[in-house]
Amino acid sequence: MSESASTARALEVGKMRRLQEKTSLRSLLSPLLFMAPAIVLVVVFFFIPVVIVLVISLTDMSTATGFNNWKWVQFDNYSRIATHPNTLPVLRNTLMYVALTLSLFNVGMALVIALLTTHIPRRSGFLFRALWLLPRLTPSVVYIMMWKYVAADAPYGILNQHLLGPLGIPPTNWLPAQPWFFVILTNGFIGASFGMVIFTSAIESIHRDYMVAALVDGCSLWQRIRYVILPLIRWPLLFVTTYQTLSLLTSFEQILLLTEGQFGTEVWSLWAYQRALSNYWGNFQWGFGAALAAVLVLIGVVMALVYMRYFQFNQLVHEPKIEAL
Amino acid sequence: MKVKLENLTKRWGHVYAAHDINLEINDGEFVAFLGPSGCGKTTTLLLIAGIYKPTAGRILFDERVMNQVPPKNRNIGMVFQSYALYPHMTVYENLVFPMKLKRTPPAVMKERARRVAEMLGIGQLLDRRPGQLSGGQQQRVALGRALTKQPDLLLFDEPLSNLDARLRLSMRAEIKRLQMDLGITAIYVTHDQVEAMTMADRVAVMKDGRLQAYCPPDELYDRPRTLFIAGFVGNPPMNFLEVEVVQRDGVYHALRAGFDLPLSAERGKQAAGRGSVILGVRPEDVMIAEEGITGEVYVVEPLGRDDLIDVRIGDVHVHALADPNRRCRVGDRVHLRFNTQKIQLFDPKTEQSLLWT
Ligand SMILES: Nc1ncnc2c1ncn2[C@@H]1O[C@H](COP(=O)(O)OP(=O)(O)O)[C@@H](O)[C@H]1O
Ligand SMILES: [Mg+2]
Repeated sequence: MSESASTARALEVGKMRRLQEKTSLRSLLSPLLFMAPAIVLVVVFFFIPVVIVLVISLTDMSTATGFNNWKWVQFDNYSRIATHPNTLPVLRNTLMYVALTLSLFNVGMALVIALLTTHIPRRSGFLFRALWLLPRLTPSVVYIMMWKYVAADAPYGILNQHLLGPLGIPPTNWLPAQPWFFVILTNGFIGASFGMVIFTSAIESIHRDYMVAALVDGCSLWQRIRYVILPLIRWPLLFVTTYQTLSLLTSFEQILLLTEGQFGTEVWSLWAYQRALSNYWGNFQWGFGAALAAVLVLIGVVMALVYMRYFQFNQLVHEPKIEAL
Repeated sequence: MKVKLENLTKRWGHVYAAHDINLEINDGEFVAFLGPSGCGKTTTLLLIAGIYKPTAGRILFDERVMNQVPPKNRNIGMVFQSYALYPHMTVYENLVFPMKLKRTPPAVMKERARRVAEMLGIGQLLDRRPGQLSGGQQQRVALGRALTKQPDLLLFDEPLSNLDARLRLSMRAEIKRLQMDLGITAIYVTHDQVEAMTMADRVAVMKDGRLQAYCPPDELYDRPRTLFIAGFVGNPPMNFLEVEVVQRDGVYHALRAGFDLPLSAERGKQAAGRGSVILGVRPEDVMIAEEGITGEVYVVEPLGRDDLIDVRIGDVHVHALADPNRRCRVGDRVHLRFNTQKIQLFDPKTEQSLLWT
């Protein structure tokens, strides 16, 4: 064999090796490249704020200290939360508020509406769902003002004057009398529309043959819901439950507008807001508020993990349809 | 169980999906609903299953009017093109689901599921989920689910359309065999005329929601009562020519430019003096011969056993089946001989047969 031939072969081998290195580098880079926009968004808008909150929660930063005179206090804010007399009642309020609104409205009522409106003629179902979106489209301030008018103290109020009054029920100031009733109702009416939309589209995208098969197999309408429809929409159920738990944990504007946390309706996120950004005394306790917010993040993460476990999230995600790049 | 449809009608807005359908199905009979897509086959099936309520007319099982009976009380087994196996249940759970709803005792349930699974050769799949099965396996499970409840009536909605050609052939035979052995009345919806012709005792041909014909397959093939049936049944499809039938020297002739075909007396006299009529003849009844009507070979399609020859006669094309050994080539001048005993004649306006009523 001539020398030139073996040289050529060596060159060839070298070229191939370089090619391989290049492809392995590329196979590492390209997934990152595809994910870059999402990664940037998540980092800038979700991850960094959480880090900032965690950092601030380790300081005594407030209006009094300003941005210059604050100092590190380690876990002081957290131990203050642990011993604060408000902590337990507010935590209890929060759990009750989230659990009741979620189960009765954001998931419960949403499911009921979705099931009802997909079992009646299409047009009526659509109209009903469109109506149910109105509270979400109404500006919060207007929406809550309407509720306040409904519940207003005697001699005013739609309840007193038009609904319960004629039934002989003595007029009263309904908001302080039944604060939770109104807090849950106002939030639930808005919250239910999210699940309603998701569940409706999930139910309507179930292949018609499943629906027919279930009836032919001998299901009543109720049994079809129980044995066929609900299992087939397990993924949207998980999604709405998780998403709405988290959003209820952090939402407070309806409560703020309705009761400002009075009558025992203070929830955790409202507490954090009032401490950090709207203190009555004008001293915004950013450090303490940030610690409160951090605790909320922790609760949220734990809840999300529990849900994923409970719904067996891993079984719901399919293997990617595209081979790895 | 006998099934009877009386003036059955279903309307969606302006569309009649089923229009005044009358037919009777005998106990143990296998009936196919045949027609092109959108002609109302599925709708009729779902009316029988009780999923849709008829706009008018009645459905009777034996002597009982079923219009108001909900699907779950009709004791029907149904098989779908999409299989429709519940993805969250295992094969076994799918098989016993209808029995579970009927509160069948567990021992009976288990025994029946085992027997059906054995019958269909799916015994080793009972623990799997539908997503882990091939299309053919899924269709067997779907068939099993329809059978375990021991239905009085089996409904099939294009059950084999999603399977590959070879599997379709074997499943066709198997379904037919099962139905015969079990003696369950069956309705089989299909747009595939071969399926309908090979499986069914009687075929109901539908078009635009109307029943066009209801008769045994051979009658459908040999004595089509409408132009639609003649064109829809048979593969390759029937040739149609516009002709005028006249009597000359005691013999009937079908005439058009460059085309003169003597007809048998009993067929010819039905069309004579009517002006323009439509003559139909199947490709297998047209032969390349030494003499006869002259034409030019336009296309040759080898089908394996035969060649399908497209012959141009003046301004029309006639398809003929020829022996491949003849080696017809495009551009050849050929002569065509017609089997006059198989000629069909239709009125072009009413599209009804002039021979069969
Ligand atoms: N639920 C429905 N609403 C409105 N129109 C329908 C509905 N189901 C079927 N149709 C119409 O009725 C006709 C017959 O449909 P179908 O019974 O599905 O035909 P096939 O099964 O023969 O293909 C079609 O024109 C179809 O568009
Ligand atoms: Mg159909």
